[in-house]
Amino acid sequence: MDSWKVNPRVFWTLFTPGTFWLLLFFLIPLGWLFHDSFSDKISITETQFTGTLANYIRAFDAVYLTIIWKSVWISAVATALCLLTAYPIAFGICFAPAKWKPLLLLLVILPFWINLLIRTYALIAVFRTQGYLNLVLGWVGLGPYDMLYNDGAVIIGLVYVYMPFMVLPLYATIERLDRSFLEASLDLGGSQVQTFFKVTLPLTMPGIVTGIILVFIPCLGSFLTPAMLGGANAIMIGNVIEDQFKAANDWPFGSALSFLLMYVTFGALALRAFLASRSKGVDV
Amino acid sequence: MADAIVSLRNVTKTFPGGVKAVDNVSFDIAQNEFFALLGPSGCGKTTLLRMISGLETPTSGQIIIGGEDMALTPPNKRPTNMVFQSYAVFPHMTVAENVAYGLKVTGVPADETKRRVAEALEMVKLTHLAQRKPDQMSGGQRQRVALARALVKRPKVLLLDEPLSALDAKLRDEMRLELTRLQENVGITFIIVTHDQDEALSMASRIAVMDKGAVQQIATPSELYEQPTSRFIADFIGKVNLINAKVVSSSASKVVCDAKGLGRIELPHVGQAQGDIAIAVRPEKLKISEAQPKGASAIATEGKVRDVAYFGDTSHVVVRCKDDLELAVNVQNDKRAGGAGVERGQQVWIHWAPEDTLVLTE
Ligand SMILES: Nc1ncnc2c1ncn2[C@@H]1O[C@H](COP(=O)(O)OP(=O)(O)OP(=O)(O)O)[C@@H](O)[C@H]1O
Ligand SMILES: [Mg+2]
Repeated sequence: MDSWKVNPRVFWTLFTPGTFWLLLFFLIPLGWLFHDSFSDKISITETQFTGTLANYIRAFDAVYLTIIWKSVWISAVATALCLLTAYPIAFGICFAPAKWKPLLLLLVILPFWINLLIRTYALIAVFRTQGYLNLVLGWVGLGPYDMLYNDGAVIIGLVYVYMPFMVLPLYATIERLDRSFLEASLDLGGSQVQTFFKVTLPLTMPGIVTGIILVFIPCLGSFLTPAMLGGANAIMIGNVIEDQFKAANDWPFGSALSFLLMYVTFGALALRAFLASRSKGVDV
Repeated sequence: MADAIVSLRNVTKTFPGGVKAVDNVSFDIAQNEFFALLGPSGCGKTTLLRMISGLETPTSGQIIIGGEDMALTPPNKRPTNMVFQSYAVFPHMTVAENVAYGLKVTGVPADETKRRVAEALEMVKLTHLAQRKPDQMSGGQRQRVALARALVKRPKVLLLDEPLSALDAKLRDEMRLELTRLQENVGITFIIVTHDQDEALSMASRIAVMDKGAVQQIATPSELYEQPTSRFIADFIGKVNLINAKVVSSSASKVVCDAKGLGRIELPHVGQAQGDIAIAVRPEKLKISEAQPKGASAIATEGKVRDVAYFGDTSHVVVRCKDDLELAVNVQNDKRAGGAGVERGQQVWIHWAPEDTLVLTE
């Protein structure tokens, strides 16, 4: 089966369509946005390339830096909460009886089958002032509380939406973890808690890192969740970018912000690669 | 046994799904014994070992270690340590960290930990690799890390699950010697699981042979080889010629039977025998000669050489006799010339002493 390596015609036939697709629908629009980010707005619909850095300089305005910083910490908190909730879930699935595993995994990915917008409206129905949660709290004489339209609501929403991205890689690494390492730790006198922190956690670090990246990056760029759950005061960088392409109609500035966001993401990935190269023995 | 360090009382393990992995096993292991659990794959050796370590809970029965019932003692509180079949050396720790792990988690002071780790590494000759990570080591070295990691805890009982099975033949021989030497030096009771009879025979002071979850016989290596109590054991330990026979008459000290290919023979045997039995004789107890042997006491039969396999020190000869009886004979090649001294197709006599024959009623 190495004919595709031997025969260049086969190789090019297989190679071309995919490459062409990526080129057409990914690289070209991206390049165009990159080009736009160095342009000036000359009318409502037109931009002109001038090589200006004004869009980037404007992005370092305190207003936007504050929003970027807020986006980063909201995403970080949401990612951390995701990790704390997802780890026990993934652990539970791995140690559940074999016949339950497929069903439990299905439950984790089930929300994917429902439109994000509908899921977010469902969250609103649960958390709003006359919502189901307040109804239940009312039975025990609490509330009603205003739970929506603040940073906390955005974080809860992000945790809810991106949880599966954390559970799945964690599940994959914990499932692959050789149980005899845990047994060896117990046998050598380690308690369950010591075994978890000294053996299980370090050996599942690859899954943790993958999960963090898979959750943190989309959180950082999210705009639907903060727009719907956050109200006016919980705006994130994704909403600002969306505004530039829509309401403000300032594509060059929107492009510049998008690229800055992408560089932050690259920075996170580079950090991961750096950590991976340092912790040899555990393949991250 | 009064000085037993490990006592099993009617230990049974049934896995969910109904597999009876260990079936009503009882025996005692004395202080400082090198005890082997031997048996074919799937007979429940690992399960038994894991129950002693506490990693598996018996369905019923009692496990007593050092005079204490272990029913409610979790693995991290038992005076046992295990060398896993896969070694389970922690990949994210160096060799020294691996060995120190069991001391650190139980709060042994740092300076004592350091000293004992150094001692343990010295013992398994790994001092020069203390700072290595396990993925930069060979299988044999990793196995010694696992050994040091368990021994540094100074357990009352060391449990080893097929410790040599992942090593190549030469290393296995070396480690076999090293394990016996180590056991003598440290004075710890070793329980080793193996499916390799040579390993068990050469290392252990006593062997329990298991089959289908039950212990078939517990004996010293030489007893097991010369006095097996059943066909299964005779066949499992070493090579043997098993010949079906029918009892004609039996008395307190001997049995007369009709054996396939041998006719009516008289054998010394203590105990009752009747009906269908098997007689067993080891290949090295048989003699080959060209002429009919003199002396009436020997059991003798005539046959044709079917096969000669040369192994350097010995030759394995297969002779086909009357009634399609095939006998395996081991011949010592004690002269440089001539090898086994027989060749394929040759007509020969085979004979042996009745007292080298075993009567197996089970
Ligand atoms: N966790 C388990 N669940 C169900 N059945 C099991 C489990 N562990 C072992 N068994 C079964 O119990 C029996 C004994 O297994 P065990 O591992 O003790 O055998 P073994 O003698 O160590 O064999 P081997 O030499 O192949 O390692 C086997 O039939 C096995 O399939
Ligand atoms: Mg086993």
